[in-house]
Amino acid sequence: MKDLHEILTILESDGRLTAEQIGDMLDRPAADIEKVIGEAEADGIIRRYKAVVDWDRAGQERVFAFIDVKVTPTRGAGFDDVAERIYKFPEVVSLYLMSGEYDLRVIIQGSTMQEVASFVSNKLATIDRVRSTASHFVLKRYKEDREIFAEKDADHRLAVTP
Amino acid sequence: MRGIASNVASVSASGIRRFFDIVADMKDVISLGVCEPDFVTPWRLREACVFSLERGRTNYTSNWGLLSLRKLISGHLKSLYGVDYQPEDQILVTVGVSEALDLALRAVVDPGDEVIVFEPCYVSYAPCVTFAGGTPVRIPTFAEDGFLPRLDDVRAALTPRTKAILLSYPNNPTGATAGREFLKELVEIARDADCYVISDEIYDRLTYVGTHTCVSSLEGAAERTILLNGFSKAYAMTGWRIGYAAAPPDVAEAMMKIHQYVALCAPITAQEAAVEALNAGEQSVREMKTEYNRRRRLIVKRFNEAGLKCGDPGGAFYAFPSVKETGLTSEEFAERLLYEKKVVVVPGGAFGECGEGYVRAAYATSLDRIEEAMARVAELVASLPGTAGDT
Repeated sequence: MKDLHEILTILESDGRLTAEQIGDMLDRPAADIEKVIGEAEADGIIRRYKAVVDWDRAGQERVFAFIDVKVTPTRGAGFDDVAERIYKFPEVVSLYLMSGEYDLRVIIQGSTMQEVASFVSNKLATIDRVRSTASHFVLKRYKEDREIFAEKDADHRLAVTP
Repeated sequence: MRGIASNVASVSASGIRRFFDIVADMKDVISLGVCEPDFVTPWRLREACVFSLERGRTNYTSNWGLLSLRKLISGHLKSLYGVDYQPEDQILVTVGVSEALDLALRAVVDPGDEVIVFEPCYVSYAPCVTFAGGTPVRIPTFAEDGFLPRLDDVRAALTPRTKAILLSYPNNPTGATAGREFLKELVEIARDADCYVISDEIYDRLTYVGTHTCVSSLEGAAERTILLNGFSKAYAMTGWRIGYAAAPPDVAEAMMKIHQYVALCAPITAQEAAVEALNAGEQSVREMKTEYNRRRRLIVKRFNEAGLKCGDPGGAFYAFPSVKETGLTSEEFAERLLYEKKVVVVPGGAFGECGEGYVRAAYATSLDRIEEAMARVAELVASLPGTAGDT
């Protein structure tokens, strides 16, 4: 289990590392690492591998919005049935049940502000038991998944020190 | 009558210096030659310093250092190693461990006194002994002993002039660590000879194999031990120049006397950062250590795969592989690696004669860079006659 957690931590920061490399880092045979990763994938612990992309730098406009949603829960299902209706839309990047003033936080990605706005008013706001929505558009992404999007500082260390 | 003092003139410039001048003119090199973390000081520490500057905390402090910091250091040493040092008169905050070492030597060494040093070691040890008017007595260590000195060699080196034994584990450049039993015996030798033990434990928190033994914690050691430590390595604070010494009261007082005349006090901003480091830096220390440990295993494996025999360094962030199989001297190897493959390592001879045949490679650099550097090392080794990297 300790191995699993350490492997997951390593993969979370760099999903492209090979089983050989991780094995070398942890002083374990690559086959053991492959097995642990394989099981984690089969068990749905590792969901997917992806890149963290700075779309501004890539020269493509992407609009991100956080939508706070108030929902009337029902006996039995709570918020889950409404959540399911929402997360099935491909526009929805992430969905969380929240403490505080709102119940659900939806993160939406679209190519224009118009597209996101119309999704919220036509799809989201009209779902049964959705009482209100509040949309917040992302103006600038400074940091995502622990990755800072600003220009990286050069390594200022002297090349040789005692 | 002009002229440089003889004990300064007699010391040659650091062997690393020449290498540094070559590297300074080259572009796009991957450096495994640094002796500092590739992490910057954790943000919460830097932020605490910015706040202290905003509040106008720009004054001198007590010669000893901020009492609040000394109390934290005292508590830190107590909780980690169970040692008791009084913050009022046994802990001195210094301008890095470098100053602490200089103070320690000057506080106890009379002209002609001998100080035993184990080589390969940090480049400043023998020169600082000389500057303090003493004579360094160098004892070589060997890879087959895990770069720990043979105790018989230590006993044989003792003379009535032996004033101190200077050691540092985990070690720069070898990465060697010293176990409790070994240190116990070394302390016993110091007790029999009634000399001091100066223990530079700057890499204590970067111990990957076993646990670190603080020399002062050993029975009968505290009364003769000058413990040196600092914040540079564990908290990635090299440029802040902040360290400390913990010593018996008379030694601490003597060190403080020198310190108050030559440095007055350590910079207050660095002291503020150190306070924050001890209050809230533990998580960062653990994260850095975990990351270093992964790189450590990887780089050691890669050296051995390339055909350069490399033992398992238990601490610090250096690998110290042998280049003897290549038929090159460590300097030739380092130069060819630099000129042909643009990778910097430091020739082992810079750390003492017995370091010849080895190079120091710091793994305080990102995993990608280490992999790239090691691929180039393997290329170089494979291209040399007389070696066959086991590819």
